[in-house]
Amino acid sequence: MSGGHTTMRCGEFRTSYRADTTIFPTPMSRRVALGAVVLAASFPLWLNAYYLNLLIQIGYYGIAALGLNILVGFTGQISLGHAAFFGFGAFCSAWLNNRFGLPVVLAVPLAGLLTTAVGMFVGIPAGRLKGLYLAIATLASQFILEDFFARAEWFTGGSAGALAQPFTLFGFAFNNDQRFFYVVLVAVIVMYLAGANLLRSRDGRAYVAVRDHYLSAEIMGINLTKYRILAFGSASFYAGVGGALYGHYLGFVSAEGFTILLSIQFLGMIIIGGLGSVMGSLLGTAFMVLLPEVMEASAQGLGGVIPGLKDSVAYLKQMAIGLAIILFLIFEPQGLAHRWKLTKAYWKLYPFSY
Amino acid sequence: MSALPQVSAARPVASAVAAAPLLAVDAISLTFGGIKALTEVSFEVRPQEVFSIIGPNGAGKTSLLNCVSGRYRPSRGRIAFKGTDVTALRPNERCHLGIGRTFQNLALFNHMTVLDNIMVGRHHLLKNNFFTGALYWIGGAQREELEHRRAVEEIIDFLEITHIRKAIAGTLSYGLRKRVELARAIALKPDLILLDEPMAGMNLEEKEDMARYILDLNEEWGMTVIMIEHDMGVVMDVSHRIMVLDFGRKIAEGAPEAIIENPHVKTAYLGADVEMSVVADAGGPA
Repeated sequence: MSGGHTTMRCGEFRTSYRADTTIFPTPMSRRVALGAVVLAASFPLWLNAYYLNLLIQIGYYGIAALGLNILVGFTGQISLGHAAFFGFGAFCSAWLNNRFGLPVVLAVPLAGLLTTAVGMFVGIPAGRLKGLYLAIATLASQFILEDFFARAEWFTGGSAGALAQPFTLFGFAFNNDQRFFYVVLVAVIVMYLAGANLLRSRDGRAYVAVRDHYLSAEIMGINLTKYRILAFGSASFYAGVGGALYGHYLGFVSAEGFTILLSIQFLGMIIIGGLGSVMGSLLGTAFMVLLPEVMEASAQGLGGVIPGLKDSVAYLKQMAIGLAIILFLIFEPQGLAHRWKLTKAYWKLYPFSY
Repeated sequence: MSALPQVSAARPVASAVAAAPLLAVDAISLTFGGIKALTEVSFEVRPQEVFSIIGPNGAGKTSLLNCVSGRYRPSRGRIAFKGTDVTALRPNERCHLGIGRTFQNLALFNHMTVLDNIMVGRHHLLKNNFFTGALYWIGGAQREELEHRRAVEEIIDFLEITHIRKAIAGTLSYGLRKRVELARAIALKPDLILLDEPMAGMNLEEKEDMARYILDLNEEWGMTVIMIEHDMGVVMDVSHRIMVLDFGRKIAEGAPEAIIENPHVKTAYLGADVEMSVVADAGGPA
């Protein structure tokens, strides 16, 4: 390619297979991604704690949502028990830290691994069950784990809940929003890069193959049972790490936070974001976290105009989430990620779109 | 426009005539409840042979192929591949031994790109796992992926699908999808490739291409081919040997010219007392 500063770019040319298999396909997308990270790193300097709190929520829920997307979007298996794994990670990390004095920085990934083990155990029926039957089996695991949280006082503190120490590294405590934001930022980057890598290598392709056509996947040498259970394991790892960060951020873990409602919200995140899209998981999470806040803000704004709006804002928030899921299923079943793709395709040739 | 490749019956098998069979199917029967799909079918396929299975609809051809690839387990009988008994092995285990196949109805991974579809075929040859895959840059997953990408690109070149390598498989035309499916099966690097109606629903040009690919696979890539096909012209031209099934039983086996003269085959295809004019017209060897 003649390239250079004087020549006008007329396309994106790749001359090696390495250049053809990057996560971000164009130099522009690489710059945008890098710019987004730099911008995010500057947030604690100029955003107040309220907004940072929202961003941190998007971070730890986003990690868990990516896990669910690997399971549901990429491997094609339904799970209604994701919140329970998220909770297990939170309790587990707090327990490892409180009981064994393991530093939080180690307790978080270890909690992820233990959640993986639990998830793979729950995933064993997945080798045999599909569709609605699997949905019910995972629903059962949600309730069994919830019950376990309430009863296993040695592990969770029972109905009283468990205290979780703040995240510390070399004696430096990440104990406020400004500091913890960086922990979540690094975790999100690491987990999302790992997820993107997984899905462009051997086992990630196997997941998608199992989803798209399990009979021919088996002919291609893919062990269906192994990969179905492994998908549950991957999903649980992400849920566990997300949950552990949640616990150490709030400083207190209580079983009430991990109900079926949160499981459904996780499903809502990936449906809105886009099933089978890594970036969509984060977009969908952002949407789900910010939607109630936007509702709240607009209710405050319109409160003077429409009487009674302020009082009913709590219901409106719940209804808005339901409405958003329904609207996305009807008008954009492939989620925000697909919408983003279409937008990019539109601007690529602007103003000569034909 | 050239006619179908005129190699026909005189085509010699590359391997020695007396070589041990690559696949030995010994008296397999397959029943679904009271329905007998296959009854005591035996045959052997020698290395580097193109072996075709023909027969009327419902004769049990695909059932037989499913038994060989592991989708079905025969109720009785034994299947040996390279001398080892594979009757009880699962399909993914047979893939490791060197059996690949394509499907009669398209069975691509519709939401993946063509490239990824073919890369799935390399699954059993790749060593990286979910952990090294997630690390990608560290631990050699990237290097391995790129090496296999090169091998996959060779297959893409061979099947002339370079222009669609980034296309989503589900959006392609029928003929191209069939070709991608063949590419995916080749990517397995199988010793034995099972093709279930590779030319069904294709136009003449696509059929000629496909016949050429099958011949090249056999002669240049050294693969043994078992093929089910209804187009008698193609079957007669590219096969070394042909087996005929009817109602789940083997009624004939032999070289193309012998099959075409076989009275049982005539009866099965055309009913009793009818001349073989149709088959002869369809491009059988003179």
